[in-house]
Amino acid sequence: MKRFTWFIPFLLLVVLLPAGIASAQEPVPTPSDDDVNAVAKELYCPVCENIPLDVCPTQACAQWRDLIRLKLAEGWSEADIKDYFVDQYGARVLAEPPRSGLNWLVYIVPPVLLALGVFILYRTLRSMRNTAETIAPAPPVGHDNDYLNRVEEELRKRH
Amino acid sequence: MLAEFGYGILVLSFVVSLYSVIAAVVGEVKKNQKLVESARLAMQLTFPLLTFSSISLVILLVTEQYQVSFVYEVTSRSMPTYLKITAWWGGQSGSLLFWSWLLSAFTTAVTLRKWDRDREFLPWVVLVSSVTLAFFLALNIFYENPFLRFWQTFNGEIVKAMLAPEGALPFTPADGQGLNPLLRHPGMIIHPPMLYLGFVSYVIPFAFAIAALVTGRSDDRWIRITRSWSLVAWLFLSLGLVLGGRWAYDVLGWGGYWGWDPVEIAAFMPWLTGTALLHSVVIQEKRGMLKHWNMLLVILTYSLVIFGTFLTRSGVLSSVHAFAQSAIGPAFFIFIGVTFIASIALLIWRWPELKSEAQMNSLLSREALFLLNNLLFIGILVVCFWGVIYPLISELLTGQKVTVGPPYYERATGPLFAGLVLLMGIAPLSAWGHSTAKTLGRAIWKPLIVAVIVIVAFIGYSLYAGSAAITNGYFIYAAIGFFVVALTGFVTLYEFWRAAAARSRAQKENIFTALWRLAGRNRRRYGGYTIHLGVVLMAIGIIGIEMFQVETQKSMAVGESVEVAGYTIRYDSLAQFRHSDERWVTRAVMSIFRDGQYLGELYPRYDLYPDGQPMTIPGVRSSMEDDLYILLVNWEGVTAEVAPFKIYHNPLVNWLWVGSLIFILGTFIAAWPEPDADVVPTRARRQQLSASAAD
Repeated sequence: MKRFTWFIPFLLLVVLLPAGIASAQEPVPTPSDDDVNAVAKELYCPVCENIPLDVCPTQACAQWRDLIRLKLAEGWSEADIKDYFVDQYGARVLAEPPRSGLNWLVYIVPPVLLALGVFILYRTLRSMRNTAETIAPAPPVGHDNDYLNRVEEELRKRH
Repeated sequence: MLAEFGYGILVLSFVVSLYSVIAAVVGEVKKNQKLVESARLAMQLTFPLLTFSSISLVILLVTEQYQVSFVYEVTSRSMPTYLKITAWWGGQSGSLLFWSWLLSAFTTAVTLRKWDRDREFLPWVVLVSSVTLAFFLALNIFYENPFLRFWQTFNGEIVKAMLAPEGALPFTPADGQGLNPLLRHPGMIIHPPMLYLGFVSYVIPFAFAIAALVTGRSDDRWIRITRSWSLVAWLFLSLGLVLGGRWAYDVLGWGGYWGWDPVEIAAFMPWLTGTALLHSVVIQEKRGMLKHWNMLLVILTYSLVIFGTFLTRSGVLSSVHAFAQSAIGPAFFIFIGVTFIASIALLIWRWPELKSEAQMNSLLSREALFLLNNLLFIGILVVCFWGVIYPLISELLTGQKVTVGPPYYERATGPLFAGLVLLMGIAPLSAWGHSTAKTLGRAIWKPLIVAVIVIVAFIGYSLYAGSAAITNGYFIYAAIGFFVVALTGFVTLYEFWRAAAARSRAQKENIFTALWRLAGRNRRRYGGYTIHLGVVLMAIGIIGIEMFQVETQKSMAVGESVEVAGYTIRYDSLAQFRHSDERWVTRAVMSIFRDGQYLGELYPRYDLYPDGQPMTIPGVRSSMEDDLYILLVNWEGVTAEVAPFKIYHNPLVNWLWVGSLIFILGTFIAAWPEPDADVVPTRARRQQLSASAAD
């Protein structure tokens, strides 16, 4: 079987090359407003902070949307366009920080703290329960007020 | 002259609040009750003083005194009088004065109460309130003075100062700049006062908590005194958040109500800890537990209130809300740091005295589930806090600016919110002290069966009708969400019905009368359940819009139609005219059809204000089923022949607004004042409850 592994890249080349040529020759349909917005929605206005590019009313953003339309018309993918914007204006144009370097902190800190909270809560409840068992089981306290206790009592009697 | 008067009174208020701080401390140290009383009276004096100062500013605004820079910045001749009045909180310095005025009103109100039983709290409550007030007044006096006037120097330069610089002459511009059009919407006029009312109300529980810590009172007295204040604070904060959401939906032109903008989150964070606090204080009242935790929550809430004001006022974040930027950041930062560290130090000092009076007996007891609820709220807080401050940390450490946007928050908080809604369905069925899976199961099976039937019917109908929702990638999440919401909704309704039916049988009352009287007898419990019902309805709306929203944008020629979510929308005409307040209005007429039937017209428009500020107002067709929300996309170039429209189909979104109203109604029920029947300390009360339960 191993003897034939050299054959795989060749086979891929034979299969994919014509497809690639075909796609390169195929004209890219004119991008619609929705196509442009689908990409613009994922990007943030580089000048007015915290506004997605698809709803930003400034002239600059209109030009950036035109740029997205142009790139889509040239056959660029969404990822290519995002990369282009990051190269031009920095990581702030992305809706979330890229998962690299220090930015990992943004994704790691909340779950770690939440897990810590769950652990502390569990330990506290366990230790309280153990202490309670060694002292004496407290009687159930029942509902919020005397009146409701009577209501509950009434319910129990009827069932 | 009026500007000088207003400023003079402002300075006097500051001096009086400082005196109040000093008199409270000295009076307490020297055990001089007269001095403490003097501190209290001084604090009460700040309210009429600040009222005079505020009236001066409002008169300046209404009478178009453009020689005052604040008046110039936020008003113009074309603005109606009511907008000139509300412009008071439309800019940085005015809104800080508004904050101080509200705080002085609240602190005055709280010091008017009878102090017979809690005399030892008084100096510390006065101290905390006056320190907070003095800080905000200092901001007004030293950094953001609303009474500064324009002066023209010899070399023609226009400067802002309180007193005339040497050789300078007064300068009066012919007209003002006017209020930002986005802030002229009714929602935005009421939204800031509501938020501020919520913010300043939280100063009161904090002041009492600190008083309890300093005086070493470890019982729940501070909670009982401030119960109504906490609920009122929470009510206003909730109202502020809901109005802000409605404002965003109506004027921001992106088809949504909540954009996870840092400034929205700034107001949301104290709400989160405030909600956690509302639940956890009940545990202390009922069982004498979680004393440390409640203290920590109230300290966090206060700090987040100041932090929220800092975020919106300091310009540390630039966003749609942060219209104000100034140099007050460092002052805020130091104040938050000092008050937080001092409060925590006080808590650590009193730590051993705040021991629990009871033990947790069961992991399914009401108190254990409330604790879990607190954990989820704090989890959401951590996500929000970290998301807001991480961009600052990143910029500080690496110089790289990043955006933490909605996808981050939605992914992280979605499951936590779902957990909270589920807990809302389970916790009311568990008993204080002790619950087992068996007792819970016995209580929940009926609502559970109804919820299962509803969700199976929903999925079955969607499949049968070939609904487009099925093909939506979020359908499974939506189905889980609807199931959780249905379960919680039915549990809440079942709780109402069970108690009302029992009373109706016992007292031979009509079921509605029974329900009314039952709610009257225990407003907090049934107010709480009403709030839960509101949240359930809001959750239905949120799932609807978040998971099934459809949007499309299209440039349309007159007479052209587009199909969106079963609606046919036809562009009929476009008109442009000038409004009496000098804005240019461009308005489209759209005809709406469904299944060939004509439903009416919508008028999306955009307004262009004289200062070049645009505002996009959607045309909306609203029903409980959905909203059809059409925007005239002014930024894409509109001509008489072809106009671009953005069309959103927002399913179920009105459940969010209806739910909000029920939520607010529930808060009113819960916060409605009850006679102060609290004379029984916690332990004795517990024994009394145990005895009554054992009856």
